[in-house]
Amino acid sequence: MHPQSHSAKRLITGFILALALTLIPFAIVWTMAFPVELTFGIIALCALVQVGVHLHYFLGIDSRTPIENVLAICFAGVLIFLMVGGTLWIMFDLYERMM
Amino acid sequence: MLGRLGFDSLPFYSAVAFSGASVTVLGGLVVFLLVTYFGKWRYFWNEWLTSLDHKRIGIMYIALALVMLVRGFVDALMMRSQQAIALNNDGYLAPEHFDQVFSSHGTIMIFFMAMPFLTGLINIVVPQQLGARDVAFPFMNSISLWLTASGAALVMVSLVIGKFSTAGWTGYPPYSGAEYSPGVGVDYWIWALLVSGVGSTMTGINFVVTIIKCRAPKMRLMQMPLFTWTTLCTSLLMSFAFPALTVVAAMLGLDRILGFHFFTNDAGGNMMNYANLIWIWGHPEVYILILPAFGVFSEVTATFSQKRLFGYRSLVYATAVITILSFTVWLHHFFTMGSSPNVNAVFGIATMIIAVPTGVKIFDWVFTMYKGRIIFHPAMLFTIGFLITFVLGGVSGVLLAIPPADFLMHNSTFLVAHFHNVLIPGAVFGYFAGFQYWFPKATGFTLDRAWGVRTFWFWIIGFYLAFMPLYALGFMGMSRRMERYEMAEWQPFLILAAVGALSVLIGIFCQGMQLYVSIRDREKNKDITGDPYNARTLEWQTSSPPAEYNFAKVPDVQDIDAFWDMKQRGVAYAPAQDYEDIHLPRNTGIGVFLGGLGFLIGFAVTWYIWWLVALGFLGVLACLITRSSQDHTYEIIPAAEIEAHEKARIKALEAHKPTPGDFWS
Amino acid sequence: MSTYSPKTTGSPGPTEETLDIRDLGFWLYLMTDAIIFSLLFATYVVMFQNTATGPLPIDVFDIKHVFAETMFLLFSSVTFGFASLASVREHKSQAVFWLIVTIVLGLGFISLEVIEFVGMIESGAGPQTSGFLTAFFTLVGTHGAHVSLGMIGIMVMIFQILIKGLTSPVKSRLHRLGMFWHFLDIVWIGIFSIVYMPGWLI
Repeated sequence: MHPQSHSAKRLITGFILALALTLIPFAIVWTMAFPVELTFGIIALCALVQVGVHLHYFLGIDSRTPIENVLAICFAGVLIFLMVGGTLWIMFDLYERMM
Repeated sequence: MLGRLGFDSLPFYSAVAFSGASVTVLGGLVVFLLVTYFGKWRYFWNEWLTSLDHKRIGIMYIALALVMLVRGFVDALMMRSQQAIALNNDGYLAPEHFDQVFSSHGTIMIFFMAMPFLTGLINIVVPQQLGARDVAFPFMNSISLWLTASGAALVMVSLVIGKFSTAGWTGYPPYSGAEYSPGVGVDYWIWALLVSGVGSTMTGINFVVTIIKCRAPKMRLMQMPLFTWTTLCTSLLMSFAFPALTVVAAMLGLDRILGFHFFTNDAGGNMMNYANLIWIWGHPEVYILILPAFGVFSEVTATFSQKRLFGYRSLVYATAVITILSFTVWLHHFFTMGSSPNVNAVFGIATMIIAVPTGVKIFDWVFTMYKGRIIFHPAMLFTIGFLITFVLGGVSGVLLAIPPADFLMHNSTFLVAHFHNVLIPGAVFGYFAGFQYWFPKATGFTLDRAWGVRTFWFWIIGFYLAFMPLYALGFMGMSRRMERYEMAEWQPFLILAAVGALSVLIGIFCQGMQLYVSIRDREKNKDITGDPYNARTLEWQTSSPPAEYNFAKVPDVQDIDAFWDMKQRGVAYAPAQDYEDIHLPRNTGIGVFLGGLGFLIGFAVTWYIWWLVALGFLGVLACLITRSSQDHTYEIIPAAEIEAHEKARIKALEAHKPTPGDFWS
Repeated sequence: MSTYSPKTTGSPGPTEETLDIRDLGFWLYLMTDAIIFSLLFATYVVMFQNTATGPLPIDVFDIKHVFAETMFLLFSSVTFGFASLASVREHKSQAVFWLIVTIVLGLGFISLEVIEFVGMIESGAGPQTSGFLTAFFTLVGTHGAHVSLGMIGIMVMIFQILIKGLTSPVKSRLHRLGMFWHFLDIVWIGIFSIVYMPGWLI
């Protein structure tokens, strides 16, 4: 990582964002304020955004990050999508056929 | 104190098992005594076992692979001979023993023959092809080697103490679970995979980084030799597929030891997820094995056709496409599990699509040979044998990719014939070609040609005799893994297959002879130029064997065939004006210790010796903390010494007057 | 064939280039770990309905407990960030201080997790009870084991800073340990979003 990416301001910004993105799902699950489907949607959205927040503010991924590192993350992302997506598709398809 | 380990763990219950154990123990003893007799322990420890030099690590990998090839082949020979005689009788192998034999054959050939062989070739060649002095993480390289070796050692020890798994090389539950396989066999198998799997993941990471970051500064990605490209893709596959194996093996271990319910029949276990998870690793693994061989074929075809490789770009793109697609086809290993037609169709079509880039490659190699002046070096013979044989295996694969056809062929000897027809030409012939091709680079002398040619012919004839009958037997309804049968019409085919195995045996004998003859005549066959074939890529610019630092000066790359281009411009052997100090990693024994601890942990878990497990993990932690606190891990070779060394080489070259294609004229 | 003598030893010193190499290697390692976790997640989702005769997720998950764990881990990520910041700015004592704070927070997290696990096992909801609990304990336990290893790493780094000072190899190691620590926090986002919250909702 490059020293420039370290600054107290960046850390605190990231912390506040992460905290908010954590509090929102906990709050809506706690209060059951929304229907279940919408709650799931909000949880998923908050989680994805928070992963981005952590990658940028804590792990220092930005436009100065070497392209290879970003590619490594993206490649892993594609493979995780294939592996997890495929597993869920295959296994839930089997569940349905055994019901 | 010793868990479930006792005197009854020793193989006194069966003459066959006892002789296997005796051969293993005697073999180990003979090596130990020979090294002691010649007083070479210090030499081996200082110069080899603790070495972080990628070329030596590569040679040790290949030595391991050759030993395990013999072991795995003995298993094959036992299976073929049993099936040749077991019509309506028990033959000489008890069912349980036969099951151990096919399980260890598969496990050994995939994990401890193929993986070390390809990793060894990669280690010796890739840094040199890149114009690099070392790999990115030399210490991690040593750990990978010793973890692989300790996994192999676990399989070998299972011959002597206890038994090996009877669950096949993929170990499907619930049969491999604690309920149906209560012995130590499956645990040996799990830990051999876990330990060596971690090593392979690290090898993958190491070579991705080496290739991305350590190339000669001017070498663009699209100027990398094909073997380096296939290594990059294989390394990506290793890094990202092996974690799946780690996960699934660990889960099975948890089921067995702690009574978890991942794959059990009861309490909500789901054994179908095992098939899913292991093939998420297993299919990319096929390409991990094959892609480096494709790289070897590309190098060999270009060199011995004396032409530039046809379709460099298409070969690179085909390799990259295969890399991604290999993660999208795993379900074709369990079409019969009961997925809906849509699921089976998607994975079936994806499987057929993979044949397209592979076909592109075949055409590229054929067109490279077209109008070339082909030299029939043994490496080239293996390549041509591959081209013809592999197409057959590929076609039977496309056939199996059609789910309804797979329902008929699944678990028959047709399947066995198919994957041997892909892996023997596609992987093993590639490694052999690489072995014949790069041997002088690694050792400094060339291999005997006549014995190489004999090796090739006995192997390929043996292959056809051994596996073509299995295709027919599959159509006749023979299941795989049968230790006895009642169908008289199968026997002639099985006898023919056994004859094929004998032919391969002669092939392996020829390999031994080739090594013996070549080492005996090493002074006569010395490779003085470092470029015995008038070859094209950078590894031939170094001396044979290369200096510790490979290149005194980082090569100036201007072309795909960088070394060929330098020879054309007359700068290939140009002496440098100024040399500088070179930093190289200092040898360390920590990699050996970590490998030993990996073995110890695997062995102790297998036998439930829990205090030893704890001790082992503490040892690992101690090794890692020690290493992470060391700052001075490099040594410096002074410029003056490099200059002296390089000048001596140039002098030798001048005395020898290297002419292109020297070796063959 | 080691004919080069006499050998001087040394360190080429982590130059910008070698740091980049190690960074990429460590990112790749983290991604292999990410694959391990994502397959554990996938297995959990496949198995979380397989409760057999055991309890349902909603019976065993405690929202307040998980919220406390989450806060411990999130705060520890920030305090590690401050430690990295201090090391870049060569403030040795500050770096050590923030690392100690991080360890304390990590210990808080691990203690809560151990309390949760022990409570579940004592109430008959151990990993041997059902497929769901097997998958749950393995996923969350693997994360906990990573956090524990991270804490050992932090302790080693505290000693290295105290003994060697903030030399460039030490800083480079601390940097990668930080990546590891932040990565574990990302995995935890997955755990509370995929494991705990759906458990309360379904």
